[in-house]
Amino acid sequence: MRGNHTVGEAAVRAGCRYYFGYPITPQNELTEYMAERLSKTEGGVFIQAESEVAAINMVIGASMAGGRVMTSSSSPGISLKQEGISFLSALELPAVIVNMTRGGPGLGNIAPAQSDYFQATRGGGHGDYRNIVLAPSSGQELANLTFEAFDLADRYRTPVMVLGDGMLGQMMEPVEFQAEVPLKKLPAKDWALTGAKGRPSRFIRSLLLDPVEEEEHNWKLMRKYEKIAKEETRWETFLIEDARMVVVAFGTAARIAKGAIKRVREQGLKVGLIRPISLWPFPFKAIKDIAKRVRHFFVFEMNMGQMVEDVKLALEGGGDVYFYGRPGGIIVAPMELSRVITNQYYQKRLL
Amino acid sequence: MPAGYIEIDPELCKDCKLCMAVCPHHLIESSERLNEKGYRPASFRESHLKKDERKCTGCALCAISCPEVAIEVYRA
Amino acid sequence: MKKVFSRPKSLKRATFHYCPGCGHSLIHRLIAEVIDEMNLQERIIGVPPAGCAVLAYYYLDVDIGEAPHGRAAAVATGLKRALPDRVVFTYQGDGDIAAIGTAETIHAAARGENFTTIFVNNAVYGMTGGQMAPTTILGQNTTTSPGGRSQRRDGYPIHLSEMVAVAQGSAYIERTAVNSPAHILKTKRAIAKAFEVQLAGKGFSLVEVLSPCPTNWKMTPEASWKWIDDVMAVHFPIGLIKDITKDKRDDH
Repeated sequence: MRGNHTVGEAAVRAGCRYYFGYPITPQNELTEYMAERLSKTEGGVFIQAESEVAAINMVIGASMAGGRVMTSSSSPGISLKQEGISFLSALELPAVIVNMTRGGPGLGNIAPAQSDYFQATRGGGHGDYRNIVLAPSSGQELANLTFEAFDLADRYRTPVMVLGDGMLGQMMEPVEFQAEVPLKKLPAKDWALTGAKGRPSRFIRSLLLDPVEEEEHNWKLMRKYEKIAKEETRWETFLIEDARMVVVAFGTAARIAKGAIKRVREQGLKVGLIRPISLWPFPFKAIKDIAKRVRHFFVFEMNMGQMVEDVKLALEGGGDVYFYGRPGGIIVAPMELSRVITNQYYQKRLL
Repeated sequence: MPAGYIEIDPELCKDCKLCMAVCPHHLIESSERLNEKGYRPASFRESHLKKDERKCTGCALCAISCPEVAIEVYRA
Repeated sequence: MKKVFSRPKSLKRATFHYCPGCGHSLIHRLIAEVIDEMNLQERIIGVPPAGCAVLAYYYLDVDIGEAPHGRAAAVATGLKRALPDRVVFTYQGDGDIAAIGTAETIHAAARGENFTTIFVNNAVYGMTGGQMAPTTILGQNTTTSPGGRSQRRDGYPIHLSEMVAVAQGSAYIERTAVNSPAHILKTKRAIAKAFEVQLAGKGFSLVEVLSPCPTNWKMTPEASWKWIDDVMAVHFPIGLIKDITKDKRDDH
């Protein structure tokens, strides 16, 4: 199944009934899939909005009503959604936002990239907030992480981003889906706006003119983010037990890195991989733990150096970090990457 | 016989004077004293008068025009 | 003696933060009266603007959800599509709806989204201190149109209600004012009609209310009522703009 379609199918099975989107390559197949799928699903609402801005605001409305809701776009369209994402975070509204990253900045191109890492994890929106960011690396992970994203969003009342890229969205891979969740099995939302029947009226707002109130709200959000960091940090390791150099990569880059690592292992080089799956919360401790035995890190990203900063933060000045990045949609083949890794391995006299 | 009466909450009034402008019988005037917000609230001239002395018909134009919902109107 | 006028139930017992003579206070009361009379309190959801009325939830005793500036029509779309049997309304100023919110409003109307928009037009940006608005009249002095709005520098004002009327999904559009008891009562009827159109599922409804802003117009409330008649209503004519529910033979 095509990656973009996988996301849509997983979303609907997770109980998503509201989708608002706008065409932008390379995620159009997801928008189209939702149009088709939701038109055949009871209670399904699909709107092709007039802009990505309008779409994220429709998400706000449907989320306020208590539904499971999703929007998707690619890099420039995600830029347009930033105010809405800040509002979703401040209003503590659940939502799933899918970004199939493309080359940038500006109009860029439609090839896959990872240059929205900062935007996703540091927030392109204003104010102090954090969003859960999940980085799938395969079609199966697109299905699993999209499905889970809705649970995470509801559990913590926060927007969750599924950060893919153009290649993941287009690739055809076999996928196994979880069973569809019946809507009535979903936990009730006692904060939603549904009309004040049988209860006092309520309002959902983020304007807190009193600085004391605003500070308290920020602390409340931060406590939530601390809880998320404790419970929801995810990563995967590959051949790190005896590694003398560890590659750090996420998403498609990690997939390429695995291929490269298998090659260099055949040559006797002891290289491993740690693959962050949650980019926020980032697996700082996991990397730090590896650094107890391993000094050399090789960060590979399809951008000009974004996640590498988090790796350096994790190492707190220790370790030796080498960055190899290719922006603009260049997809490095495993063979090419293995040459760079090999080169670096020898340069650091690790043999 | 006209039989109307109004009550103005002086603490809600912001002295916009719209009620005074619309009353057909000019039965509302600014009070001498200040309310807690520092406004001179509107005041019903006939509040101390008896029913058959009053000109107020209870038309409620004042209350309709009052932005602060400060006026309640009674009619026989 | 019977009490014939008092505070509507759906209007909370809170002192308005609005200026003396502000139209928002009147329009909030009218909305609350209509909600009471049509028994909507338990099934209505409002979306206020960014602007002076951002705090509408302190006054209207109904479910209310904040929207980013200008995006109320999109937020209302999400709400109404998710809860089609509830009544959804937006309450927006002239900047919110006709500057930053133009696209969302036109498109919601074009889609025939079944919610109601109450557009409070006071020809100025009130909350932020009196800057020019899309509906500022040519010649009108504001802090960002010093010397008066000039066509060359500032362009013409926008007639949003007329633009929305072109959209096929718009069902009922009327422009009213709150500068006299008669106009205030007509505004109330227009709001009620708009909710009726929504309940009948006829499409997008909009009531534009010419509203005084004495503070930023630098006039007394009484003078501001007159300015609406003498100036605003000349450029933004009061009256019915569109009503698809009317029988064509009844056109008068």
